[in-house]
Amino acid sequence: MPRTTTIVLGVIGADVHAVGNKILEMTFSDAGFKVVNLGVMVSQEEFINAAVETDAAAILVSSLYGHGEMDCRGLREKCRESGIGKILLYAGGNLVVGKRTFSQVEAMYREMGFDRVYPPGVMPDVAIADLRKDLGL
Amino acid sequence: MKALLIDFGSTYTKAALANLDPPGLIGTAQALTTASTDLLEGLQTALAEFGRAELDGIAVKRACSSAAGGLRIVAIGLVPALTAKAAREAALGAGARVLATYAYTLTSREIGEIRGLRPDMLLLAGGADGGEQRTILDNAALIAESGLGVPVVYAGNKVAADQASLLLRGRVPRVIVAANVMPEVNVLQTEPARQAIRELYLQEITKAKGLERIQREVGLAMPTPLAVMRGGELLQRSWQQSVVMVDIGGATTDIHSFDDGKPTAAGVILKGLPEPFVKRTVEGDLGMRLSAAALLQAVGAERLQSQLPFLPEDGELQDYVNRISASKDVLPRNGRESLIERALAIACIREALVRHAGHLEEAFTPSGRLWIQQGKDLTRADLLVGIGGVLAHAGDPYDMLRQALQIEDSLTLTPKQPRLYLDRHYLLAAVGLLSDIYPQAAEALLGETLAPSEV
Ligand code: B12
Repeated sequence: MPRTTTIVLGVIGADVHAVGNKILEMTFSDAGFKVVNLGVMVSQEEFINAAVETDAAAILVSSLYGHGEMDCRGLREKCRESGIGKILLYAGGNLVVGKRTFSQVEAMYREMGFDRVYPPGVMPDVAIADLRKDLGL
Repeated sequence: MKALLIDFGSTYTKAALANLDPPGLIGTAQALTTASTDLLEGLQTALAEFGRAELDGIAVKRACSSAAGGLRIVAIGLVPALTAKAAREAALGAGARVLATYAYTLTSREIGEIRGLRPDMLLLAGGADGGEQRTILDNAALIAESGLGVPVVYAGNKVAADQASLLLRGRVPRVIVAANVMPEVNVLQTEPARQAIRELYLQEITKAKGLERIQREVGLAMPTPLAVMRGGELLQRSWQQSVVMVDIGGATTDIHSFDDGKPTAAGVILKGLPEPFVKRTVEGDLGMRLSAAALLQAVGAERLQSQLPFLPEDGELQDYVNRISASKDVLPRNGRESLIERALAIACIREALVRHAGHLEEAFTPSGRLWIQQGKDLTRADLLVGIGGVLAHAGDPYDMLRQALQIEDSLTLTPKQPRLYLDRHYLLAAVGLLSDIYPQAAEALLGETLAPSEV
């Protein structure tokens, strides 16, 4: 029997937007993933600690309040330092700030080491399909 | 019907004799602990203080012990802030001295350190249930190969439990598998591990320490800190108050809190692994004799001086500390030394409380200021109970507690205005020994030993 795949979920930084996080927890659980939801105001270290203890396959980072770039920088490097350098990193929420286009923002997050980057208002189903593909499920 | 309750401490063996029906204290007695020969010798000396008739009709004998080093545990987990911390909490909650806590895969150097620490048992955790299992399996294999020969309580990822015990069986004296100390991220579950530790303590450790006879003859039931903790639990339950206890000894200062420690102010967010309702911390560098030098170093001469009504001469503090560190039973010889002793005790209490209690960190968010709470908020604790010879023998124990509570820093979540009590007959361990079998008698002893401050 294949083990259920664990993902770690949370809203990064000083961000308190809680509604989308709950929706993501529900939809990913319904899709058969074991979701470790760290809630809002989650630090990079908390994401990584939880992923290490649960042997998670992916970390899904939300940022809604416009400071995502600052909060997300260095997460991939810290994962490498913690022995989970290859873990999948997804980001979504309101990552576009100011006059930038989504493709610019996407390129920036990919350079920061994120495997997938989502525009505002994306449907969770899209990410679920991507995750299955990325994990070969 | 009477009960004889004994605490084999590292310095003193204390005996309490109590009536069970109607419940009440008959008396207490103590003598120097005779760990080097036979613990029962010291007990006999103590019991000689009671009259023959008083010792008639003893129906219950129960003892706890912190002699022979107490219960010495090394805790091992995966991530420092999660399973390593959870393992440490569980061991402390079982009344153990946690000699060291390790995280991730053990190195050969760390195995060497563990050997040098001579633990009575290892508490092995790591991984949430269904989560990471390589590290805990590697650690089990390393422990098996190391020849440490120490019993192991396994309280990690349940999925790896069978394989880990297979690795360990036959290579260590005993393996007990308990439920995970952290079954899910940020969920703390210490009770099963605490029970497993107690089981091992009664079955294996007492054997290894030559305490079997004590166990047979006087019913050795648990390590002393666990008895004290159970005394505190009864106090919290029966008085329906949140309680903090400070127990100052020669080598360590223990704090126990019985409180959920949730935030008491608006705009505060709790993060990380939850705190246990019953939490114990042990400070090995805060003590009145063996650890006096470490205490002076930890708090610094300057802060000690601020508690003194006179300016000490050059080296005066250090000289006194050197003198008391050398022996367990030296006492202050004059007024100046008594005041230094008093300042040392206040420093112990304050520092131990600050380390036990949680604190707030300011976080600036776009919508304003928030606070992140780490650890327990004990600002609204109802009672603070002082335990230990330094306080019991002091002229003004409540003033000492009050001074220790004066902490300016508003981000430190120590008790603010608790009602103050003293364990004047040193009975909390005895209360804890009785609390599960004779709760009413235990409550009566609580009432007799807890002395409130007048104001
Ligand atoms: C409600 C709300 C608040 C509430 C939040 C209450 C709470 N505890 O949840 C309060 C009043 C506290 C608040 C405060 C602030 N807010 Co506000 N808030 C909103 C609002 C109106 C709705 C958010 C919401 O719940 N949406 C519904 C959920 C279901 O959608 P969602 O959060 O976007 O999540 C979905 C998707 O984005 C996606 N998703 C999210 N993360 C991820 C991750 C991955 C990997 C994937 C695949 C998908 C994914 O899936 C989710 C589920 O479908 C939005 C505007 C809006 N209409 O979105 C502004 C909004 C998010 N807030 C905004 C701002 C600026 C703020 C404040 C800074 C305002 C201020 N100056 O005080 C503060 C910041 C506070 C803080 N520290 O976080 C801005 C952010 C602008 C930006 N990013 O550029 C917005 C967009 C409003 C705006 N247009 O200006 N806010």
